Amino acid sequence: MFYHIRDIKDPEHPYSLEELKVITEDAIEVDDKRSYVRVTFTPTVEHCSMATVIGLCLRVKLLRSLPSRYKVDIKVAPGTHATEAAVNKQLNDKERVAAALENPNLLDMVDECLAPSYG
Amino acid sequence: MAQLSQLTQYIESYVDSSRSSTQQAASVDAIAYLLKNDILTLETLVREMGMYLTTTDNIIRARGILLLAELLTRLASKPLDNVTIHSLISFFTDRLADWRALRGALLGCLALMKRKSNIGRVTDNDARAVAQAYLENVQVQSLGQHDRKLCFEILECLLDHYPESVASLGDDLVYGICGAIDGEKDPRCLMLTFHIVEILARLFPDPSGPLASFAGDLFDILGCYFPIHFTHPQGEDVDVKRDDLSRALMLAFSSTPLFEPFAIPLLLEKLSSSLPLAKVDSLKYLSNCLLKYGDDRMTKHVEAIWFSVKDAIFCSEQEPMLSLASELLDHVGFQENEIVTEAFILLQKVILENSGLSLSLIVGDKDINMIVNTVTSFRSYNDIPLQSKHKLCAIGRILYVSAKASITCCNRVFESFFFRLMDTLGLSVRNSSGDCLPNYDYVFSERLNFGALYLCSELLAACRDLVVGSEELKSKSVSAQESWCCMLHSFSCLLMKAFSSVLDASTDKDAYEADIYSGVKGLQILATFPGEFLPISKSIFENVLLTFISIIIEDFNKTLLWKLALKALKALSYNYIVVEKIVSLMFLDDFGLPFQLRLEAISDIGTTGLNVMLKIVQGLEDAIFANLSEVYVHGNLKSAKIAVQLLECYSNKLLPGIHGAGDFEDVLSRFAVNIWNQIENSMAFSVGAQENELLNATMTAMKLAVGSCSEGSQGKIIKKAYSVLSSCPSFTLKESMPITGTVQLEGLQHTQDLECFSCRDKWVISLFASAIIAVRPQTHIPNIRVVLHLFMTILLKGHVPAAQALGSMVNKLCPKSNGVEISSNCTLEDALDIIFNTSLWDSHNHGPLKRCSGIGVDNEMGLANLCLGAPNCQLLQVCAIEGLAWIGKGLLLRGHEKFKDITMIFLRCLLSSGGIDNLPLNHGSLENNQEQDVLPSVAKSAADAFHVLMSDSEICLNKKFHANIRPLYKQRFFSSVLPILVSSMAESRLSNTRSMLYRALAHVISDTPLIAVLSEAKKIIPILLDSLSVLSTYNLDKDILYSLLLVLSGILMDKNGQETVVENAHSIINCLIGLVGYPHMMVVRETAIQCLVAMSRLPHARIYPMRTQVLRSVQKALDDPKRAVRHEAVRCRQAWASIASRSLHF
Repeated sequence: MFYHIRDIKDPEHPYSLEELKVITEDAIEVDDKRSYVRVTFTPTVEHCSMATVIGLCLRVKLLRSLPSRYKVDIKVAPGTHATEAAVNKQLNDKERVAAALENPNLLDMVDECLAPSYG
Repeated sequence: MAQLSQLTQYIESYVDSSRSSTQQAASVDAIAYLLKNDILTLETLVREMGMYLTTTDNIIRARGILLLAELLTRLASKPLDNVTIHSLISFFTDRLADWRALRGALLGCLALMKRKSNIGRVTDNDARAVAQAYLENVQVQSLGQHDRKLCFEILECLLDHYPESVASLGDDLVYGICGAIDGEKDPRCLMLTFHIVEILARLFPDPSGPLASFAGDLFDILGCYFPIHFTHPQGEDVDVKRDDLSRALMLAFSSTPLFEPFAIPLLLEKLSSSLPLAKVDSLKYLSNCLLKYGDDRMTKHVEAIWFSVKDAIFCSEQEPMLSLASELLDHVGFQENEIVTEAFILLQKVILENSGLSLSLIVGDKDINMIVNTVTSFRSYNDIPLQSKHKLCAIGRILYVSAKASITCCNRVFESFFFRLMDTLGLSVRNSSGDCLPNYDYVFSERLNFGALYLCSELLAACRDLVVGSEELKSKSVSAQESWCCMLHSFSCLLMKAFSSVLDASTDKDAYEADIYSGVKGLQILATFPGEFLPISKSIFENVLLTFISIIIEDFNKTLLWKLALKALKALSYNYIVVEKIVSLMFLDDFGLPFQLRLEAISDIGTTGLNVMLKIVQGLEDAIFANLSEVYVHGNLKSAKIAVQLLECYSNKLLPGIHGAGDFEDVLSRFAVNIWNQIENSMAFSVGAQENELLNATMTAMKLAVGSCSEGSQGKIIKKAYSVLSSCPSFTLKESMPITGTVQLEGLQHTQDLECFSCRDKWVISLFASAIIAVRPQTHIPNIRVVLHLFMTILLKGHVPAAQALGSMVNKLCPKSNGVEISSNCTLEDALDIIFNTSLWDSHNHGPLKRCSGIGVDNEMGLANLCLGAPNCQLLQVCAIEGLAWIGKGLLLRGHEKFKDITMIFLRCLLSSGGIDNLPLNHGSLENNQEQDVLPSVAKSAADAFHVLMSDSEICLNKKFHANIRPLYKQRFFSSVLPILVSSMAESRLSNTRSMLYRALAHVISDTPLIAVLSEAKKIIPILLDSLSVLSTYNLDKDILYSLLLVLSGILMDKNGQETVVENAHSIINCLIGLVGYPHMMVVRETAIQCLVAMSRLPHARIYPMRTQVLRSVQKALDDPKRAVRHEAVRCRQAWASIASRSLHF
């Protein structure tokens, strides 16, 4: 699982999320039987405006990488972001995610982050 | 003269700076051509150019002078008279003052000064004038890079070619050079400046000369470059490497002892820097300077250098213990990095240059002594703290290097450390006067001290290398006088015992690995002293060997120890003891040592040297024969197993080694002949359950042995084999038979398998076939016609080796056109005649295979016809097809026309299953009904025959067995067969036939080199896709399917296939989607998905319509049971999803 998202690039830096320690292996919870995944990520700074974009990247990447039977929850690690609740709500709202993905600018940004850095 | 008239034009076009550079170059070429061929003299040219050279227009003057200089450069090998040269050089010297037109002047001076003396060169006086003008007028550092380079080249040239004339300039010259090179930054120029300094130093070696006063200044300029470090690595395409520059600077540093007061402190200072590069460079420079500056100047630095070196060695952040495991016994236990390596090189040089001082430093060094004391207080390797382990290794190396330097050094080191170590180990006793004597009563009961033992082995290694490297030490007289030799002599025996006791005490646990390493290594070192060296006696050598062997025989449970001992043995040069012991291993009956290990030991030892190999091979053969005879006579199962292993060892390990070693033909041919003898002598034959395996192993060994013999011995073997064959009652071989005759095989019942043969017969015929397979083309085969007949009949019983032998025979026989009958009395044509026109089957008589000559064609059937339909007997048909395939392969390899007929036969077999009655046989329609059920298997074997035809076989018909192989035969076959297959596919309607055709096609395509397939890509791809989808319905065909898929992926990846792929993108993708879920083979799924990824790189417009389909099908693969497939699926979805990210949801 970690393998899938470690290579995602940060929207503001040329580093991967793994290198920035935004996501770690421990922060991912997988329950194969119930087809449930929960990813908890840690934004680099408390006011990181890109938290939602990072979350969106994670969601899109997992959407593409996992069989459709999985339900994915993405959360900001508690106490690491100023507007934690708002971000969480935004990320796990199906409608809002779908709407965000209709936005071409946002989608281009997401795609840039997901561009494969491996061979 | 026409060209001459254009001269002005040429000059114009060069001088005119608005012309393109190619035009300018062309005009220079044209003028140079005129000058070279004496159409134009230099004098005329100069006169013609007069205005351009002297005009007050700066740009035109510069171009004019440059033109003249360029021309002179081109004329470097044209003889010129002295007057011309004098006037030209005076002109250019003059112009050096003209800074606006400097480049031409520089280039001109350079061109003239580089000339060789035999074609007219600049005189010394002129050269001095150039130098003076240069020093007065040229401000090097204010010029551009290119001009600076020219300036330096002139300097270099002056110093190189006119040393006397410039030397007289003295201080001015040195001063001028200092000014010129100061602050230079361009790597190309730096290469020159460093070289200039080097030559300059050679020019003024005198310690009171002009250089002496400037040495400080000059070194200030040089010193700031050290260590060489590029700040702009990706700058212009500079072709100067850091290493080159560093070496040039090193030469400049060490060019004169005058630099010593400045250089050594700088280097020592940089050595303590934290930059690894600086350290390595300083060590290198120090080594170099040490030699150049000389002993007098360096003595005062020895101490400082020693401390720095010691620091470098101790501080290198290495984990020494690892080296023990990784490097095994190859080299001293230190995993080196560059710093350490250089440090030891330097240390060695210091010791060589100044042995007295440096050795007393080493011997008296506090650290070393302290570490020796502390480390030796730990008993086992694992008790030593990491830090000390590290230091222990370092000291080991230091002692090694210092003892190895010379005999006197060795004496010093031994005197100060050897007895101490012996005391620690408890191997010595002191007598009343305090002398150290070996303690022969020592009982090796407890664990010996690891550190001391390790240091001992390092010291021993140093002695050995010292002895090996020097001739005089080997002589008795010298060695007896040296104190270290005496010490070694008195203790060598005890040391040997000590090392072996370590091994005895060891168990195969990690904790003692290091002990085992050092023990084995110590023994190995003791055994590798040269034989004539006295202190280590011969008996010690033999004892060491015995120790190793006893380990190999008994201690097979201690894997590590066993492996190491074997490796050590391999590295030694052994005598007869080892070999005999090893050979006797094969006959030992108790199964203490596992047989695999025995064989490993045997083959490892066997491949080390020629003499050894001979003995080992001999022993192995004896063992093989002993076991085989057990098998033959008693049917002993255990011996059969052993024999199989022995034979495999023989053919896989030893035979390849023999090939490399050369002249072993006798051995090989004797082996083959002996196998035949043995079979001949054992009439009663009872091979039990392991029969097939044993037979295969024997056949392989036979083939390989025969294959590597020369014609003569092959002939002998074949003759022997033939005599055994003809003595078999089952095979009646009549020598005088008409060409159209057949073999009369009486008593042979026609049954469909080989059961009717006695076991012995089967062995005989199989081995005979393998011998035939392996012979060279020129080898004489007796009674070749009879043999052909024999093989033909055997082949029909499903005996594949017989078919392969036939294939090899038709491959190697010489055709008629050759004229001279070389060795066989049967040409290729004859053989083919026999093969295809002999009646093998009498359709009227289903009894014994018997043929009455003269009966009409109607009831006889040759091989070809048998393939097309044997009445009532599909098994026979299958056998015939298989046999024909091998014969066809033999013909195909040599490029014979006949293979086309054979291919057509297979094709007809394929098609006949469709019920199209094109069989040219006169059998009744009764059989047709039966054929319908039967034919699928016939068709299948016909399809597989294409695989036999196309694939490379390990068993026969390859280079090893001297097959006659034409280059590109596969391509040729491919291009001739493809159209036929394709067209017949279009005609056939029945699904069965089609699937068989696809199968045949799949074989052909997947065995053809990819390049050939690519050239036909347009035609192939549709068929390829069809066959993929047809084949994917059967799970039995997964291997063919996979190889076909690989061909497809090859086409996808190749540039040349791209166009066709784009055209067929839709069908390819559809086909791949079908394979994504292929249940029978994981790699098929993986490759299919990889192909889809490759497809996503095609033009978007073309593949976009397929996007959702691909994504949907790959989604299933995300849940694949295999991780590799899931991974590829993710990659694939990512690739396809991102070609149009707008619609993420699908």
